[in-house]
Amino acid sequence: MRRPTVDGIRLSFLLPALGLILLAMGVASLAVGYASLPLAQAVSDVMAGRASLPALVLAELRLPRSLLGALVGFSLGMAGAAVQGLMRNPLAEPGVIGISSSAALGAVATFYSGLSATIALALPLGGIAGALLATLVLFILLGRGASTMTLILAGVALNSFAGAATALALNLAPNPYAALEIVFWLMGSLADRSMSHVWLALPLMLFGWALMASTAPALDALSLGEETAASLGFDLGWLRARLIGGTALAVGSAVAVTGAIGFVGLVVPHLLRPLVGHRPGRLLIASGLGGAILVLAADLGVRLLPVRPELKLGVVTALIGAPFLFALVQRLRREAL
Amino acid sequence: MAIVAQGLSVTLGGRIALDRVDARLEPGQVLGIIGPNGAGKTTLLRVLAGLLKPDAGSVRYDGAGPRELGRRALARRVAFLAQDSTAVWSLSVDAVVGLGRLPHRQAFSGENEADRAAIVRAMAHCDVASFTGRTIGALSGGERRRVLLARALAVEADYLLADEPLAGLDPGHQLETLQLLRSIAAAGTGVAVVLHDLSLAARFCDRLLLLHQGRGVADGAPDAVLDDTSLAEVFGVTALRGSHAGEPFLLSWQTTTRGPNDDRR
Repeated sequence: MRRPTVDGIRLSFLLPALGLILLAMGVASLAVGYASLPLAQAVSDVMAGRASLPALVLAELRLPRSLLGALVGFSLGMAGAAVQGLMRNPLAEPGVIGISSSAALGAVATFYSGLSATIALALPLGGIAGALLATLVLFILLGRGASTMTLILAGVALNSFAGAATALALNLAPNPYAALEIVFWLMGSLADRSMSHVWLALPLMLFGWALMASTAPALDALSLGEETAASLGFDLGWLRARLIGGTALAVGSAVAVTGAIGFVGLVVPHLLRPLVGHRPGRLLIASGLGGAILVLAADLGVRLLPVRPELKLGVVTALIGAPFLFALVQRLRREAL
Repeated sequence: MAIVAQGLSVTLGGRIALDRVDARLEPGQVLGIIGPNGAGKTTLLRVLAGLLKPDAGSVRYDGAGPRELGRRALARRVAFLAQDSTAVWSLSVDAVVGLGRLPHRQAFSGENEADRAAIVRAMAHCDVASFTGRTIGALSGGERRRVLLARALAVEADYLLADEPLAGLDPGHQLETLQLLRSIAAAGTGVAVVLHDLSLAARFCDRLLLLHQGRGVADGAPDAVLDDTSLAEVFGVTALRGSHAGEPFLLSWQTTTRGPNDDRR
């Protein structure tokens, strides 16, 4: 690949290229699994409507897993780029505004109350409820014309409250098995999800993506500071509202269906930023595609690694992401010298 | 045709920043806004740009209020150059200048021919065309200020409001920037500029608005505004005056307030 110029790679080349890599990852993700699957036969069986075993494995197990991986990755990557653009800080990630931990708390509440065992989809619905509640709290705390600093502080408050409440649920768990179930769910995984999870998350995510994508020009303007962005005709309050709402919908529903998968929203925007000439607006879609690729790759790794029980996806992304963060801090420090 | 502000009052954090200030900026004119630190110059510029809503008073743009115009129309009509605008991302110089075209952009469409032409014009005006292909972070402080000025020019607005555009520039580029602002005004744009250098303000501005403790204390031709009394009362300085090639100039020379170890005068 050519070294990108200061303006990055043309979007009309970059986005299709990322799309193709994503497609390849998707096919690989369908093909790899614990049971060997004759993919060609499975596809033709599904097409023909034959309820053969390969067809069932493909449609009921592999497809939801791959689709969810791509959707969740896209949401995390895009929200990461959006939050970094809004905060004008490369170390921000969707978690800082407190949506992820609140969604996790909502899901944990359904575990703890036993709802998740009695009602199908209670778990993801609880997660989404948690995310929406947190968004409501954010909007009330921020009111009109709040600064980015207030947003970060509100996020810190939400994060510590959700963390404490989650710990409380673990503390009061009726038996060790229930506590273990909660802990495992919190680590994040794509295993054993169904198409109903996809249908639940998809509309919310699409709406969230659209909200975030609509902020692209405003994020570009924000590169030069809040005053200059306002002087270019952008309403900063409305920009924050769209970004928080979009992040809440996309990341909240992602956490609700898969648990917390960290570092994707931090790492992916950073890797792709040079390829879009560091323009925050252009980064949104590219970072979404990159996030989808990374999550599918990590989930592929989880299934290919000869470690049993299966590693949790969130554990793997954190193991990849943490050293990356060290390297990033190291580089920022060098630049500051 | 003018930006007309009447009776502007602004309180910031419990302190009166502007107190019943009137201001008027006409097309083709360079208005210098001067005054000591904390006099309210930046606040006035922000109110004129529609970035800050005054507690009392009104600003009308060619007769229309900011609400009637709407944000985007106002952004096309009034360009604003902030004092401490730094780019957080390492954007290319062209991309930064291109941000000035955002108010003209339709939703979900890229730069068109008119945008590109405006970017090229603005970059040529500010002598930054040679920086193409570099990132904003790789420039010196003065070079960066010129790129940011080009960004404001790329808006091609009827009015340009610049907050201390000379800060951090060497004498050569200070003169160049002021000559540039004059040529923009000569092309019909109304330019309001916050300045600290009284000599340059007197030489390059058509009119000066002198602010002191949030009040507009004088508004008019430079030699009328910068008389000895207001220099002493507002800035606390005395000035040397002279003329060169028929152009008068002044040079702030001494403080009028005597310190404990001060035996001047």
